[in-house]
Amino acid sequence: MQNLPAWARWCMEKPKTVVVLFLLACIVTGFGTTNLYFRGDYKVFFEENDPQKLAYEEMQNVFSKSENVTFLILPKSENVYQPETFELLYKLTKDAWHIPLSIRVESLANYQYTYADDEGLVVEDLIKKGQYDKAHIDYVRKSIEPLKNVRGRLISDNNQMAVINVTIQLPDGDQTPNIMKIGEFSRQLKAKYEAEFPDHEIHLSGIVSMNDAFALTAMDDASTLIPLMFVIIAVMIALLTRSKAASAVVFAIVGGTIIMTMGIGGWYGVFLSPSTVNVPTMVTTLAVADCLHIIVTYRQKLQKGLAKEQALAESFVINLKAILLTSITTAVGFLMLNFAEVPILSHLGNLTAIGVVLACILSLTVLPAMLMLLPVPKSIVVDENNEKVDKLGHWVMNHHRRILPYSAIILTVSVLFCFNNRLNDVAVEYFDMSSPFRQSVEIQKKYMGGMSNIDFAVYTDEVYGINDPAAMIEVDALVKWLRSQPEVKHVLSFADIIKRLNMNMHGDDPDYYKLPESKELAAQYLLIYEMSLPYGLDLNNQIDLDKSAVRVIAVLENLGSDEFTEFETRTKDWFDKLAPHLRLEAASPALMFAHIGARNMESMVWGSLAALVVISLLITLALRSWRLGLVSLIANLMPAGVGFGIWGMMSGEINMALSVELSMTMGIIVDDSVHFLLKYQAARKDNMSVKDSVNYAFHTVGRAMITTTVVLAAGFSVLMLSDFRLNSDMGLMTTIIFIAALLIDLLFLPSFLMWLDKDKKSKATEAI
Amino acid sequence: MTQLRKLSFAALAVTAMLSVPVIADEASEKEGLRIAQARKEVNRGWDNTVASITMTLRNAQGQEATREMRVKTLEVPTDGDKALTIFDSPRDISGTAFLSFSHVNEADEQWIYLPGPKMVRRISTSNKSGPFLGSEYAFEDMTSFEVPKYTYDYIGDEKFEGDDVYVIEQVPVDEFSGYSKQRLWIDKTHYRPRKVLFFDRKGDELKELEFRDYRLFKDEFWRPMKSFMYNLQTNKSTKLVTHDLQFGTELEESDFDSKSLRRAR
Repeated sequence: MQNLPAWARWCMEKPKTVVVLFLLACIVTGFGTTNLYFRGDYKVFFEENDPQKLAYEEMQNVFSKSENVTFLILPKSENVYQPETFELLYKLTKDAWHIPLSIRVESLANYQYTYADDEGLVVEDLIKKGQYDKAHIDYVRKSIEPLKNVRGRLISDNNQMAVINVTIQLPDGDQTPNIMKIGEFSRQLKAKYEAEFPDHEIHLSGIVSMNDAFALTAMDDASTLIPLMFVIIAVMIALLTRSKAASAVVFAIVGGTIIMTMGIGGWYGVFLSPSTVNVPTMVTTLAVADCLHIIVTYRQKLQKGLAKEQALAESFVINLKAILLTSITTAVGFLMLNFAEVPILSHLGNLTAIGVVLACILSLTVLPAMLMLLPVPKSIVVDENNEKVDKLGHWVMNHHRRILPYSAIILTVSVLFCFNNRLNDVAVEYFDMSSPFRQSVEIQKKYMGGMSNIDFAVYTDEVYGINDPAAMIEVDALVKWLRSQPEVKHVLSFADIIKRLNMNMHGDDPDYYKLPESKELAAQYLLIYEMSLPYGLDLNNQIDLDKSAVRVIAVLENLGSDEFTEFETRTKDWFDKLAPHLRLEAASPALMFAHIGARNMESMVWGSLAALVVISLLITLALRSWRLGLVSLIANLMPAGVGFGIWGMMSGEINMALSVELSMTMGIIVDDSVHFLLKYQAARKDNMSVKDSVNYAFHTVGRAMITTTVVLAAGFSVLMLSDFRLNSDMGLMTTIIFIAALLIDLLFLPSFLMWLDKDKKSKATEAI
Repeated sequence: MTQLRKLSFAALAVTAMLSVPVIADEASEKEGLRIAQARKEVNRGWDNTVASITMTLRNAQGQEATREMRVKTLEVPTDGDKALTIFDSPRDISGTAFLSFSHVNEADEQWIYLPGPKMVRRISTSNKSGPFLGSEYAFEDMTSFEVPKYTYDYIGDEKFEGDDVYVIEQVPVDEFSGYSKQRLWIDKTHYRPRKVLFFDRKGDELKELEFRDYRLFKDEFWRPMKSFMYNLQTNKSTKLVTHDLQFGTELEESDFDSKSLRRAR
């Protein structure tokens, strides 16, 4: 025990004190978990001062809010022109006003249809109570035929789906309780009406439903994935160590790490989000890896007949440097997520980094103390696996000349496939096809063409400026241009209303379906129309307070983020040329996600580079050799290259969670290569040959490398089961990279060392 | 996880609390009606008024827009009042006139005169819940107070800015009203409404209306010179400021028919 640092010796000599201190620390920090609260709304993905978010919020304040819940009503009969569907539309429209925080409900039923009669302008609901008969259905069908504000918005172009759109006014602050209340209420309405009208399917879509889905999937993750991961890890440890006591000790360490991490997060004021609910999963995985290194070596030493203290001390000394180093590099990797533009990814990085450091401390202090308290396992299973690992080592040794070129080919192909990847952040596609929200989105896409909208606001900066025929012509031109774009599915425009009013004021003469000639006429038609609208259906969603600005809402296909931002630029450029004196702004949640994805990727490139530099320096410092540092750098970069190559083959879509993958995994996969290189270096220093050194490294750490990789891969692959693609993609990609890292460290790294160092050795012999 | 559970429990508890009905008994309903009748009673016999008013709209972003108008009102002792509103600004709607007949037992009637096309148009009547001139005031907030329009309930006594007030609730009789109920703070000395809280159809607080700067006219009639409507849900607001108020000018029934609209200046 002489080599032990004083603190480690103290831990082993006073195990009970250590355990008591550990429990106290858990209790003290654990109280912080009571400060944790959950936020599921999409705003958690954006910084307070995110430019697109600010633009969106301003637009929501100037006009009315556009956050919504959408009921998609799909009758089983051939179209919506059925008495039951009309009855459903009327009743559900009325009930939808009771959704918490709703401020506006729009559907075919309460569409404010305008027409002229002898004495005046009539503005009335299209479907009133009891108007479900065939004559009225035919009347509605005919009436809405020319209405561009209805077709493609409140009813699909093929007449097979009707839409009820409910605008929600969410107060500032913690929105999640409200969102969940709204979600719950909407689902109850859906269930009620599906029961009452069995020949209809009802689906829920819209931004608030998306927020609700964020919250629900996160809860789902927390309640299913975390327990599942514990089961998997328990099984793994039991299989690998074949000891219940060992499992119990590991669980104590893991549990302590999680409680302390989340507790510290709580004290610090971090909230839980769809990303951070998975911090426990990641922390567990990393803590298990630390513990296993010590336990596996401890077992090996016991097997060799060493006494308990001696075996433990030796295991400690052997693993100390590697555990410290990998914990630091892992923490650095996660800390680099602070470069991310997405706040919850930074939270994920910081919390996991804290967890990694805690896991390191606990596995170097509490773990040995607990092992000291436990009796020595009676029967120690004779290890037959180590022989297999040794055999693998020999095989690699014999074939290293072939392994190298194959590795080079695989690597080149992978790097080529990396170019298949493209950035794509579409919020609705964060949800798996199995999630009800995503199914609604797909249905909406099928019938309406899409649900991603961009709100365009045209500012004239002049009171009553939008009534000016010159400005109105330009807004109308913008609408026409938007409608001519292939990706645009629907445009809601105030110009359509004013044209129709002009016609209505001229006794419904179709020749007058055009913009009024003068500003006064336009203003006065608009006034009489506005004075006729009932509660909640005012024009403020399209026209601002002093009638100086107008909002045109375009619904697009669910495009990738690049196409989306490109569309925004294209429209702005086009409009700038047409009307340079008018100001055009664009904003929407979909646009916010499209921009954040690109900005996040840009900053994560720097984050990954920073991680690369810091981690490489740490390794070089630990190995005290530039040469081996460089070797490890190559070995640590290759898995990510292979991982992104495989991704390019499989899907090619990179979202914000994958952009952090490089800096995140690099810190963890360093583990394997560093262990291997440290052992190899130690052997070389003992004047062993390259071949013997590689064999020694295989023998001493091969098993631990495989064990930890299997544990890590198993832990992270649990995330693959999440319905939330930011988590499942992260899980899948991380697993791929871990397995690639193991193969590279076991096959490529030894071959590469033999090729590299043999060269040097032969030169050295020549010199003699 | 426990946090989430706590959250949903809290949500459930809140919903349960909101759905507990307010129990009204006969006595409190009677007292409520008495107060409403007294409010109407102190405001009889004013005959007619002419007011010039500035309306200031404000949105959540803090932008403001103003409208100038003159309102001529005629008391109709047996029915709701008649009002003629002439808009003076903004320029594009200047000269537009709006005539409304408020009725006790049937839907109100409304006409509008547009000076551009020089035409009088009737406006549909089911929109009483709709906003008046894009403001936070609904049509039904602008028409005269008539006792049969609501059922009443007396809630209690309170102090409002140092004055003793009754707190009553009134539920609109008309199904087209945009409100499920209104809560009023009415002072005991003059039966003047000081504050009104409007609840939307789903029962949530929607708007708050405060009357300020009450002045006494003809030693008998109190009128607020300022009123302020604040939308609690959208953070938009509308302020009405009366600059000039004349009682007993030469107005008669014939000044309030759809033909007179064209002559309105």
